Amino acid sequence: MPELLAPIAGNVWKILIAVGDTVELDDEVIILEALKMETPIYCDDSGTITEIRVKEGDAVNEGDVLVVIG
Amino acid sequence: MFGIFKELIVSSGLVSLTGGNLIMWLVAFTLLYLAVKKQYEPLLLLPIAFGILVVNLPLTFLMEPEHGLIWFFYHYGIENDIIPPLIFLGLGAMIDFGPLIANPKTLLLGAGAQVGLYVTFFAAILFGFDLREAASIAIIGGADGPTTIYLTSKLAPQLLGATAVSAYAYMALVPIIQPPMMKLLTSDHERKIVMSKLRPVSRLQKICFPIISAMTIMLLVPASAPLISMLMMGNLFKESGVVERLTKASSNELMNIVTIFLGLSIGATMTASTFLDPRVLFIFFLGLFAFVVSTASGLLMAKFMNLFLKNKINPLIGAAGVSAVPMAARCVHKVGSEANRRNYLLMHAMGPNVAGVIGTVVAAAILLKNLG
Repeated sequence: MPELLAPIAGNVWKILIAVGDTVELDDEVIILEALKMETPIYCDDSGTITEIRVKEGDAVNEGDVLVVIG
Repeated sequence: MFGIFKELIVSSGLVSLTGGNLIMWLVAFTLLYLAVKKQYEPLLLLPIAFGILVVNLPLTFLMEPEHGLIWFFYHYGIENDIIPPLIFLGLGAMIDFGPLIANPKTLLLGAGAQVGLYVTFFAAILFGFDLREAASIAIIGGADGPTTIYLTSKLAPQLLGATAVSAYAYMALVPIIQPPMMKLLTSDHERKIVMSKLRPVSRLQKICFPIISAMTIMLLVPASAPLISMLMMGNLFKESGVVERLTKASSNELMNIVTIFLGLSIGATMTASTFLDPRVLFIFFLGLFAFVVSTASGLLMAKFMNLFLKNKINPLIGAAGVSAVPMAARCVHKVGSEANRRNYLLMHAMGPNVAGVIGTVVAAAILLKNLG
């Protein structure tokens, strides 16, 4: 099952999707905040969101799984 | 009754106002506007602007040596070199040298972006500034406020207001000045380069870094000691993980306190008689020139390194070799993601960015050693 990983360390600023949503390649899924800058994270695959592993305000490291797409 | 009224008018500041004061009020109001409305470095610009305003109200004597309130702040804080090193303590407690440790090559980019300083040093001499003034103007190219203030207060205190304001102005204007340069000097293909993941850095390495760098840099360039010692101690506080209270005090409370006195004192050096000098315009111009050349040399240095590297670096990160932390790194990230939206250069750019801070301090120390 494809996983979307955090490309940089930061805090989860906004989650733009919910479990069950259908997403397309390149959709904006999550906005991370690092060094007071908002960085949008784009989807690598198309599919349905089966799991969201983070919540708004969480601190994530580079490589952490953010979202699982089924 | 009329006599009392007349007396009040004559002893007021109103009759002593000069045209210069009025112009300085306009300067202050402009900076206040930029701070409040545009939020350009408001933490500094707001106290600076207010300092300019109050010192240009006649007969207040706030900057009168041995008497004025702000003179004491200025004398003890800046003339005696207390405040800039304390700012560096807080900076050290905030910055993460991890990206630099993970990718030490980026140290070269931090050094490459100091070229603007040396070019501007000679340019300023051509414009008729003396050696000490030229050095104080050149350091603006590092885009590092505290270092600029530190060097200018020692070499050319009469220029302090102008060099400090231009250093902070260009730091705030990074997102406007740098992107056109970046696009001019790199190809679309280069901007799209995705850099490989940074290797993880252990806690031990992060703790050793400030200790080893402090020893190495200060043994090689002893004149850098006041700034480097504080910077590295702050960083050691942070990375040790055992003195969270000291880390927080350095990066929050103490930093905020000294920022107030720094801004106010810098603003108060800008009386009409010192600031309204045609040379101030040259300082702003030369400072911009220094900053532009530094950005360009950082970018070109990165392209030069790519000639030898198997794993190409994205040359944009060279622009982060100027020490405006983290504005320059943010700017690199933004331009990189415009070229390729899966390009996350932020952390890669932090390496040269923190190296730039060290580079600017070392450059300042060398200038100080030879001219001070």
